[in-house]
Amino acid sequence: MDAERRIQNLNDRLKYIRDIFGQKENDNIRLLAAKLSEVVAREHDLPGGVLAEELARLEDLFDFSERKLDLSLSPMDLVRIVRHPQRICLKDILENVYDNYTEIGGRGEFNIDPSMLIARAIFTRRVGEKVINQMVMVIGQEKGHGESYRNGGSVKPWGNAKALHYMKVAETENIPVHTFVFTPGAYPIEDWPGAAQQIARNLYELAALRAPVISVFSEGGSGGAEAVGLGDRRIMLSHGYYSVISPEGAAAIEGGLRGGTRATPELIEKCATQLCITAEDNLRNGYIDKILQEPPLGARPNHYDFFRELRRELIQATNEAVSEVKSMKLYRAMAVRARKSDDAESIFMRWTLSKSALKRLVDLRQRKYRAMSRHARLDGTGVMKRAVAATKETISAVHSYFRYDLLGRQKKRLDVIFEELGAEAHLVRHKLLMPLKRTIDKILPGNNGVEEKKGDAVRDKLTRLSCPEDGACLVGSEWAWTSPRSQQDRTVSCPNVRTHHCPDLWVPDLFGDFAGVCPSCGHHFPMEYRWYLENVFDYKESKEFNSQIESINPLGYEQFDLKLDKAKEKTGLKSACITFETAIDGVDTTVAVLCAPFRGGSVGAAEGEKFIRAAERAGRKRQPFIAYVHGTAGIRIQEGVNGVIQMPRCTIAVRRYIDAGGLYLVLYDTNSYAGPVASFLGCSPYQFAVQSSNIGFAGPGVITETTGIAVAPDYHSAYHALSRGHIHGIWDRREAKKNLHQALLTMGGRNLYYR
Amino acid sequence: MLNIKELLDKVKASPYREIVIHAPHTGVVEFGGLSKGDMVHGRDGDYKEKPGTLLANLTREKNKKPITAPEKGEIESVRTELEGKFVEAGEPLVTIKHFMTRKEVIELILQEALYLFRAPERAKYYFVPEVDQKLKVSGKRSVKVVEGMELMIVSRMKRETPLAYSGPDGIIYSVYFGRGENVDEGEPLIGICPEDQLTVIQDVVARIQSEWEEE
Repeated sequence: MDAERRIQNLNDRLKYIRDIFGQKENDNIRLLAAKLSEVVAREHDLPGGVLAEELARLEDLFDFSERKLDLSLSPMDLVRIVRHPQRICLKDILENVYDNYTEIGGRGEFNIDPSMLIARAIFTRRVGEKVINQMVMVIGQEKGHGESYRNGGSVKPWGNAKALHYMKVAETENIPVHTFVFTPGAYPIEDWPGAAQQIARNLYELAALRAPVISVFSEGGSGGAEAVGLGDRRIMLSHGYYSVISPEGAAAIEGGLRGGTRATPELIEKCATQLCITAEDNLRNGYIDKILQEPPLGARPNHYDFFRELRRELIQATNEAVSEVKSMKLYRAMAVRARKSDDAESIFMRWTLSKSALKRLVDLRQRKYRAMSRHARLDGTGVMKRAVAATKETISAVHSYFRYDLLGRQKKRLDVIFEELGAEAHLVRHKLLMPLKRTIDKILPGNNGVEEKKGDAVRDKLTRLSCPEDGACLVGSEWAWTSPRSQQDRTVSCPNVRTHHCPDLWVPDLFGDFAGVCPSCGHHFPMEYRWYLENVFDYKESKEFNSQIESINPLGYEQFDLKLDKAKEKTGLKSACITFETAIDGVDTTVAVLCAPFRGGSVGAAEGEKFIRAAERAGRKRQPFIAYVHGTAGIRIQEGVNGVIQMPRCTIAVRRYIDAGGLYLVLYDTNSYAGPVASFLGCSPYQFAVQSSNIGFAGPGVITETTGIAVAPDYHSAYHALSRGHIHGIWDRREAKKNLHQALLTMGGRNLYYR
Repeated sequence: MLNIKELLDKVKASPYREIVIHAPHTGVVEFGGLSKGDMVHGRDGDYKEKPGTLLANLTREKNKKPITAPEKGEIESVRTELEGKFVEAGEPLVTIKHFMTRKEVIELILQEALYLFRAPERAKYYFVPEVDQKLKVSGKRSVKVVEGMELMIVSRMKRETPLAYSGPDGIIYSVYFGRGENVDEGEPLIGICPEDQLTVIQDVVARIQSEWEEE
């Protein structure tokens, strides 16, 4: 009986190994299979003692081979390990790592989203004579061991909303949050609260969540991972992956595949390698703090030693995060820092933090992310220029402080007093003088109501025939810049011709005077970003900054250098982001533009850095901050995690800016999708779209592929986004400037210089 | 008495409808490389988002516009002699032989077998409240109409006038307009079937439903 169980066990191990290595044949695997079948064949002939010996030898061989195979794992093998149904999942961790737990926010299938699991868990341990209980909030994706209702850990927007809710609960209760990232990516559905928008909200809250957050990464699939992954400490399991996109997705893009055709395994393997998704890669790039070694070929639910290690690591990480900001720590902080690994359990540190400590914690978290991904961009600014810029920054910060904080506040206070006094005086005057005026009017009628005599010039202008030389007729274009497309002599058809019967449009009219708007149905043809720069943002008069920050190919992605050079040559830009300071109808603002022609407006390390610097500059100068998204395809996949990390980084910058009292406004145009919408754009309290634009998380093709649901062609249209509550208004392109100006005057921000 | 059997035989003898694709406007024609006998399909997809087979391109003012097949069918003829030539609006370009679907056959038979009461002008039409009530409660076949009966309300430019029915007596078999929808002049509003023919018509419809094979 015992022998049979052991054989079964070995069979399972062999099957697991085969699953992991997929199609690849290997001498080791062949050897194991041969040896096992040999023993199985002789099972009944051998006497019990000999069989047990044989089995023990075979088990040793398995152990040895597994260790050997573990060294040869390719990134794609890791992906297969992580996706394997036998992979540890959050439930296993709750059972084996924590001493007790209560699942909250639903149980199993009876749940608003079974793929997001929340639990209140307890560590119980003995330190010295005392038994201590420490509570944490555990939040993470639950893959289940192949349970279909878990959706493979692909969390729907409402699952992320649930996670956010309990993060806030943890904040209120002043307990640490342990998040576990076990997701291949978020479920791409636009219904409220919206896949992208909810992730953005989570990031925005996490950016300043006043509770220590420890994240453990096993499967970090892009946006879905970020929704819970912004932690003070990020631990990654050695056989996990953390990536911008699934290798299959990257291969489909790389191979230019559409409509459900699958990429070849070789291409997928290559993409997995190039994306630098392994724990070592991420540690080297500085996106995780520590790797937790797993048993050979990945942790499975029966690896109890691993759970012990994880428990120790979680306590250690929480202690570290807390001790950094605690005021009363003395020797313990040193002990924690020394990382005498077995000591973690013997150090007791209270995990509740004071108000000032929490503030320091948040500040440290924000700095930590601010310092990331420096290597993944190129700053071509010269040393002199950099020094000058730094000096200017300091001066402007000091100036703003004096002008708007120190003096401005006093002036505001005085203004308020004068205003109140003035209003009083007005009322008194009114009450006293009105009766007097009324009496005078009665005595001397006809004194009022005399029309002002209009000048002869005006009358002349009104009565005479129009003279074009006097500017009485409209001549030329009202636009400061017209598209070069308006030089072509041809017509185009409006895409709405089937439903709206629009007549053909003559291109010089359409891209000239009409500003790309169909006069019949109001469809907005995409316009160049230059059009907005010149006609809305007065680019000629503006001050551009950080123009020397340049996109590079940090991962050495094959052929990407060439593509990047081509984009730079085509657009004359160094990255997809342009940042400048300009005045919109007299209001000085800071503007960041994401330009679609540069690699689809995708966001990488350079774009992220420019965006963050723009937000910081706007904060320093007390200016409103406008993000105009001419178009963005998402995070630049060729930069791998260097791109994904811009999601938390930029969101933190935005959060800091808004918390400091700024006005952050987003204007979407053409197509805006994925990562940026799911982070620093989607978190804005004021989001508007230009008509005929599309806003969403994943494109229709990806939705169909991942969910199996075909969506309507206009699923992502701005009007649908508006009715789902993702944006707050739709603007006509020709009135963008007027609307922007109005928004600047009416929305947000206590700390704006003109308030 | 209408001979429905004869009508059905006639349809069966040639179960096709010819669709002639005309040039929607002037322009230079380039055909899409189709020839007689080729199969084409109409709009497709869950949301009719995929256009039908490309029949020709018509270029006017350097604006090349595709002309696609509106329905499934077989190419009957292509005016290849017009290839690369300038055509006027309304010029027939391609003829498609469309094998009629079950629904279309039923519609065709009904149009022949029923008396169609047509819209006298372009307007919105409503049934008078009593009729409307009866239609909703007991279904279409429950309403008998007689000559001179006040049946509908014509709503045009916010003015509502009653409309009396004129035609043979019978019961309402089908309604061709929707609520709040503009109906063009001459379009059928309702189909009236003489009471004694109701069973015959229902029979034929049932037969077509079961027998007609769609290609």
